[in-house]
This record gives sequence, C-alpha cells and structure tokens, in this order.
Amino acid sequence: MLSIKNLNVKLEEEDKQILKGVDLEVEAGKVHAIMGPNGSGKSTLSYVLSGKDGYEVTEGSATLEGEDLLEMEPEERAAAGLFLAFQYPVEIPGVGNMTFLRTAVNAQRKARGEEEMSAADFLKVIRAKAKELKIDADMLKRPVNVGFSGGEKKRNEILQMAMLEPKMCILDETDSGLDVDAMKLVAEGVNALRSAGRGFLVITHYQRLLDHIKPDVVHIMADGRIVKTGGPELALEVENNGYADILAEVA
Amino acid sequence: MAAPALQENPTEARIASHAMPAKGWSLNAREGALARLRAMGLPQRRDEYWKFTRPDTLTQVVAPTAAVFHNDEAPLFDGIERLKVVFVDGVFDAEASDDLTLEGISIERLATAESDLHWARDLYGTLEARGQHPVERPLAALNTAFATDGVLINVTDKPSKPISLIYRHESETSDAILHHCIKLEAGAELTLLENGPAAARFNKSMEVEVADGATFHHVRAQGRDHERRAATHIFARLGKGSQFKSFTLTVNGQLTRNECVIELTGDDASAHVAGACVGDGAFHHDDTVFVTHDAVNCESRQVFKKVLRNGATGVFQGKILVKEGAQKTDGYQISQSLLLDGDSQFLAKPELEIYADDVACSHGSTSGAIDEDALFYLRARGVPKGDATDMLTLSFLAEAVEEIDSEELRDEVNGRMSSWLKRRRD
Repeated sequence: MLSIKNLNVKLEEEDKQILKGVDLEVEAGKVHAIMGPNGSGKSTLSYVLSGKDGYEVTEGSATLEGEDLLEMEPEERAAAGLFLAFQYPVEIPGVGNMTFLRTAVNAQRKARGEEEMSAADFLKVIRAKAKELKIDADMLKRPVNVGFSGGEKKRNEILQMAMLEPKMCILDETDSGLDVDAMKLVAEGVNALRSAGRGFLVITHYQRLLDHIKPDVVHIMADGRIVKTGGPELALEVENNGYADILAEVA
Repeated sequence: MAAPALQENPTEARIASHAMPAKGWSLNAREGALARLRAMGLPQRRDEYWKFTRPDTLTQVVAPTAAVFHNDEAPLFDGIERLKVVFVDGVFDAEASDDLTLEGISIERLATAESDLHWARDLYGTLEARGQHPVERPLAALNTAFATDGVLINVTDKPSKPISLIYRHESETSDAILHHCIKLEAGAELTLLENGPAAARFNKSMEVEVADGATFHHVRAQGRDHERRAATHIFARLGKGSQFKSFTLTVNGQLTRNECVIELTGDDASAHVAGACVGDGAFHHDDTVFVTHDAVNCESRQVFKKVLRNGATGVFQGKILVKEGAQKTDGYQISQSLLLDGDSQFLAKPELEIYADDVACSHGSTSGAIDEDALFYLRARGVPKGDATDMLTLSFLAEAVEEIDSEELRDEVNGRMSSWLKRRRD
C-alpha cells in the first residue's frame, strides 16, 4: 500500500536534515505505529507524505499503490487515497463544516472521474457517520473546527476520514489533547474503519492510544530514521522503560 | 483679456455647473447646503480625511467617462420579491419601475414631491448638516444642494416586501446626483436594497431617521462597471431601542468613497455597518465611517473586509465617538484586508474617542495573505488549490457578510463574490 524507501528530507529554508533515510512498508489491512521522542521526525514524515510546503526531498521515494506521491499536489494525493488526520486541525471561520466536507468529497470524486454525490445522499451518509462519532447536527453546521474543543476537533478529523474513505490513513498524534473518554471515542471511530483494503500509520508519543487502536507493527523513530521495528510488545517496552534504553541499544 | 477660466475657484466652478430648482419645499435646505459647501470648499488632497483618497475626479466639473460593463449574469436580487424603483443614469425610469404603492409605506420621488408642507422637509439636509461636524463632508452638501431626484420613503408599518432601488448605467458620460430621505416611524420596519453602477460618476446621499423601536435593514451592491466612480453618504439617526443594519458589497469600480455617519441618540439602540469589497488593478475603495454614541446602553459594530489584488487600494477610516454620559456603550470595529499579492495596499485609520467611563470599545485592523496552513488543510482533503483559495477568501469576507440577516440575501451576495473570484482565475 504505502512504500517509503530511503527517504531523505531537509527543510527548504535552512540547511537542516530532518529525515535521514526512512524505510517503511505499510501493507493493506495493517496498522503500523510510529513512536519516538520529540524531534525525531515523525510529524515531518506525515507532512512530507501529504505534500506540505517547506520540505525538500533530497533522496528516496514514497509511493501509494505504486504511484509516486512526491510528484503529486496535495489534493492529488488526497484523491489517490491518502488521508492525514492533523495533529492541529485548522479552524476555518465562515466555511460550514458540512459544506467543506461535501466540497472535499466531490472534489476527490471528480478528480477520480467518479460521479459527484448528491446533496441528499451526502446528508444521509454524513448524518449516520456523525452519529457514530457523537457529532451533533450543530457541529456539522458550525464553521470548520471553529470553537470546537480539542476532542471535537479530533472527532471531526475522524468524521472526515470516514466520509472520504481513503486507502491509506496517517494519524498524526491524534491522541494529543484528548482525555480518556475522547480517546476511546476516536479509537472506536478508527477501528470501525479498519478493513482489509486499508492501511494505517499511527504516529504517537505514548503507548496509551495503542491500547485502543491495536497495531500490527510498531516502529521506533529517532533522529530521522526508523531504528527498531517489532510487534505490539515494543510499544509496551517504551511505556515501561522510556526511549533511552532502546536508543542506547541501537546506538 | 480677462483672466482665463482656469484660475476660477474650483468650488465655484462646480457650483456654477449645477442648477437648483426655482422653488419648492426643499429650497431652504438646498440653500443652506450651498452655503455650507461654499464655507467648506470641495475636498482637497491635503484635507485630513482625504489623505488616502484623491478627490479630484469626484470634485471636478466634468465627470471622467466610464465604459458600460456588459455581462450575462442575472442582475443581483433578481429572484427576490421586491418593489422596484429604477433610475437610469440618475433619471427615474417609470416604465421599468413598479407602481410605487405598497401597504405600510409611502414612496414619492424627490423631483415630483411638490406639497409645500411635505414631511421630508424636516429631514432633507437635516442629518447631512448634523453630520458636517466634527468632520466636513463637502460632497454631501453638494448633493443636498443640487440633487436632481431620489426617493422619499415614509415607513409607517411593516411593508410586505423590500424596496429595491436599481441604478442602471447606460451612458459613458453620465454624472448623477440622487438624494433619498427615509423615515421609519416608531416600530416600523423596512428592508432597502440598492444595486447597480448608477452612472459614470455617482454622488448619492441617503438620510435615514429611525424612530423608537423601528428597524432598518439595508443591503447594497455597487455595480461592477470597472471605470465608474462614486461618492456616497449615509446619514442615520437612531431613536430608542431602534435597529440599523447596513451592508455594502463593492465589486470593481475605479473609485468608491462610501461614508457612513451614524448617531445613536436613543437608549438601547443598535447600529451595525458592514462592507465587503473585492477589487483588482485600478480599484480604489474607501470606507469612511463615523459612529457617535450619545445615549445609554447602545451597541455599534463596524465590520469592513477588503480583498485586494494586482495593485488595488483599500482605505478604511473608522471612528467611534462615545459622548459624555453614553454609559454602557458597546462599540466594536474591525477592518481587515486580504492582500492576494504584494502589489496591493490597505490604508487604515481606526479611531476611538471616549468621554464616558463605563464603556466597552474594541477595534482592530489587520492586513494579511491567505493562511498557508488553512490552504494546506483544504488541499490535503482534496480541494484543488484554486477552489481552496476562493473558499478561504470567502471565509475571510464572511464576518462582514454575516451582518446581513436574510439568508436569501447573503446567498446572493456570496454568489456575486464567488463569480468574481472565479472570473479572476480564468
């Protein structure tokens, strides 16, 4: 599904290397988690994959089902099936949440040469999905993320994911700023989307999110590289001993 | 040889180019306005309130020509049930207008309202004269003195539909002066719509008396003719518990100066004045607003948003004056510009002057570009860059547009702005 080979990335505006040869394969139907200390390059990886400005790929490749992601505009990557759940979802005053989502869904369909979704169909689908995430009608009408609590913003990200039905989902520190109940709700939303045809990359600092979204593979990232890969037990090891032991071991 | 005409005083030259009616109920007011104009003189570049906007093309005797803009789009407000009053280059068009009768309201034309004891005698020029202090507005005095027509509207109840003033522009050389008087009696309600480019050069004044408990809604769209010029004034006085809401959309036009002078004279009154403008190239738009709080527990909001590109200029001069004793005043003022490129400029002069001690007033003014994070967020969801940019531009304008109460009218205005944005992308 997602294939990253020797990805090297520096900041565009300064001579600072952030990713130093990342190799990663996420298969369809699998959940991979990336853990790592602050500044290890986890968020950069998610931004580079989704096409944010400000980064320069100096070496390596990233493909989604064989298509070169790095050659595409952000909107083309989205239409190809890539989804990034933002760590800090952006507030957009004056644009209704529902209008925004319908524009996004139909823009992607159009880009893929599919028929656009009618207003009535869209309404039916979004109401059902919103209900599962405990998102009320008011939240759908309000401007995108404006005045939403931290938990509401993250649930809104998951709603977008559910509506856009991507092939490959990247969750960038989706647990940050969430209390236990909100995290459970978000995790349930994600778990409901797990399917044989869909891959997940869950970026997190802490093991606790992985109690709720059970990963198949766990990677530890440090200083721009994946330094260790293992099963779910690796996350527990981090939780119990911190990163220091693992980093010392691979150094 | 006599001295050439060039040396003539420009104010006198302009006055000499206009004619006042020989008689009628408005004559006293017109003569008073003429005296005010002579005392002030026409605006000049060095005047404090004309520093950012060159007044010469608005004051000179002959109006610069302006081509008529042709476009297939349906005129604004077309689908809205309303009573239409049409002026073509400032001249009333009876055939295109509806019958001017409607329950709860009386509508007459300034040019034909002949009764010597006309109700508008107490209003015509009165609010304009009050609005000359502390800031002079000579173009408004010129208007009162020489307006050739306009409407006199007396609202006694709640008419079933909006009154819609439509200003068509057909002559490249037209120079129009219209003056409207609107009086809302206690508890009355009116929605007034205005749209169209009006003339090559348009000087329009509107005096609005809002009595106790009355409500006035005003939505205006200034026409899209690229070369047109306009100087407009709104003078409003608000009674106890009354409400005033005015929104202006400006799309294109070479030069627009919109002045709005509002006095809150009755307790618990509320005045909202908002504007959204989009312009590029030789586009100069100036909003000059003066709100005076002279009663207790009143609220005022000024919300002005400008989208500028390709060398366009936006100006905002907004003032909130809170007089002694106007306690519990809640005043808000925001003026913002979205600069779509590095060539455009926004000049803002926000002012607060407060003589009461129990008030809440805030103001802010910003200039900025499209928010890159928001743009990326939309694109990451699959919205193409152009659509995402338009979406964020409309989002920037939204706070001003939201000042329109009616959803139907908001949609009309948003539609007009999106089609402007779309045209700019082709």
